[in-house]
Amino acid sequence: MSELRLNAVSFAYEHAPGAARVLDRVTLGVAKGEFVVVLGQSGSGKTSLLNLAAGFLEPTEGRVTLDGKAVSGPSADRAVVFQDDALFAWSNARDNVAFPLRLRGASRDERKRRADALLADVGLAGQGGKAIWELSGGMRQRVGIARALAAEPEFLLMDEPLGALDAMTRDQMQELLLTIWSRSNTGALLITHSVEEALFLATRVVVLAAHPGRIALEQNFDFGRRFLAGEKARALKSEPEFVAAREALIAAIHDPAYAVAA
Amino acid sequence: MSVIAESGAVQRPEGERKRARRLRKLLPLFAGLTVTAAILVIWHVASTSGWVSPVFLPPPAAIVAALGRLIQVGYVDSTLLQHVGASLGRVFSALFFSVLIGVPAGLVIATSPIGRGVLDPVVEFLRPLPPLAYLPLVIIWFGIGETSKVLVISLAMAPAIIISTAAGVRSASKNQVNAARAFGATPLQLLRHVLLPAAIPSILTGIRIALGAGWTTLVAAELVAAGRGLGYMIQSAAQFLVTDVVIAGILVISAIAFAFEALLRFVERRYVPWSRNP
Repeated sequence: MSELRLNAVSFAYEHAPGAARVLDRVTLGVAKGEFVVVLGQSGSGKTSLLNLAAGFLEPTEGRVTLDGKAVSGPSADRAVVFQDDALFAWSNARDNVAFPLRLRGASRDERKRRADALLADVGLAGQGGKAIWELSGGMRQRVGIARALAAEPEFLLMDEPLGALDAMTRDQMQELLLTIWSRSNTGALLITHSVEEALFLATRVVVLAAHPGRIALEQNFDFGRRFLAGEKARALKSEPEFVAAREALIAAIHDPAYAVAA
Repeated sequence: MSVIAESGAVQRPEGERKRARRLRKLLPLFAGLTVTAAILVIWHVASTSGWVSPVFLPPPAAIVAALGRLIQVGYVDSTLLQHVGASLGRVFSALFFSVLIGVPAGLVIATSPIGRGVLDPVVEFLRPLPPLAYLPLVIIWFGIGETSKVLVISLAMAPAIIISTAAGVRSASKNQVNAARAFGATPLQLLRHVLLPAAIPSILTGIRIALGAGWTTLVAAELVAAGRGLGYMIQSAAQFLVTDVVIAGILVISAIAFAFEALLRFVERRYVPWSRNP
């Protein structure tokens, strides 16, 4: 089983005076088939954690490994979805999705066929010819997800992908993310500050405490799997079990014991 | 209560509102045309009433007549079309060379710290210099032929293109670059598929600015031993106080510059619509 792992990873921006650590000895694994959601307040180093996993940042201490082998730099086996969609405004939706295929030298026909299929998967069938600036925020994020999937990654890293969307779009996109993840046989690592989103999506929630960022809590959940098994999202989210778990996580995040420096 | 009353007061029939909207759109055009017409009338009265000597300011009708003569007969051994052709040839050769050098230079400045260290001083040395200042030196080095003229115009154009290319490359967002890297883009692929396309709107703006500088420099370059060209035509006419040809030449340059500005704006709207719709 393929696994992306952070092994006792610490991170500090070199130039920071006193070199305050953003992350302190974080050990976290994401196996293929898992959906790990990292939850934390701002300043807890969530984004740094994802950038380390993606290879955009190098750890100050510790190692990032894929199947036990150290990784350095980004690579196509770990595709990234950003909060601001980071799409290429000069291409249409289809060419954006086909971008990873183009880098691999796929033929024009192959690119079009794959991109259109992926756009259909994210609910944008027939929209391939649209310019990026013609799309709404939710549609752009769908294109961003389709583009990440085009790379056929083993791991899907998502940095608050739904953070800029309105509440209704956000609910739809959560359901889409679960469907995509279960179909694509990837390991997902998603960063969010929404407790409800974390609970609904995650097979495992990781709570980061701030200053320095470190793991305060790890807990497994199965609401996402139950949604995939056919239960209704609203029903799940209003279940007493869900509500209790949500309040417990909020309490954990706000517990001063987690927020003081170690 | 008053809100209802007010909204009732502005309720007008659909057709009338449409007409009002169209009128508001056309208002700036009317204003411009009115002022232009007023200037032409004052100009005509001033030069025909003897208020200003026609030698210094021929009436508008004389300019039109001069344009007709320039097209049919020409001035200083060439027709207007030949003068225009010679000048356009110089400006566009210079544009070609300054894009050929300027775009790669801008890419290097934006992507390589060493490249920036080497090229930035050159650009910053060249940029504030008036082309007339180095024109004599270029003539000493390269003679009075076409090479010198095209070179001086290129040097005047290059900084705008280099600087705008570098700015355009830097406009690619960090996430766009990171996304491409995460999909396994090589540095060359990153350049070709992300950095260069991101820079195109800015490069087009650079070309617009560069063309402005190019026309300015053209006239100066053609003052020196040219046998043809709009700048040469104007300069020759000025020496013999043929003021109508001087003014006609100025108007032709202005019309050409305006046409290219319009063309570039059209290209921008048509081919890089995302720069207006981020």
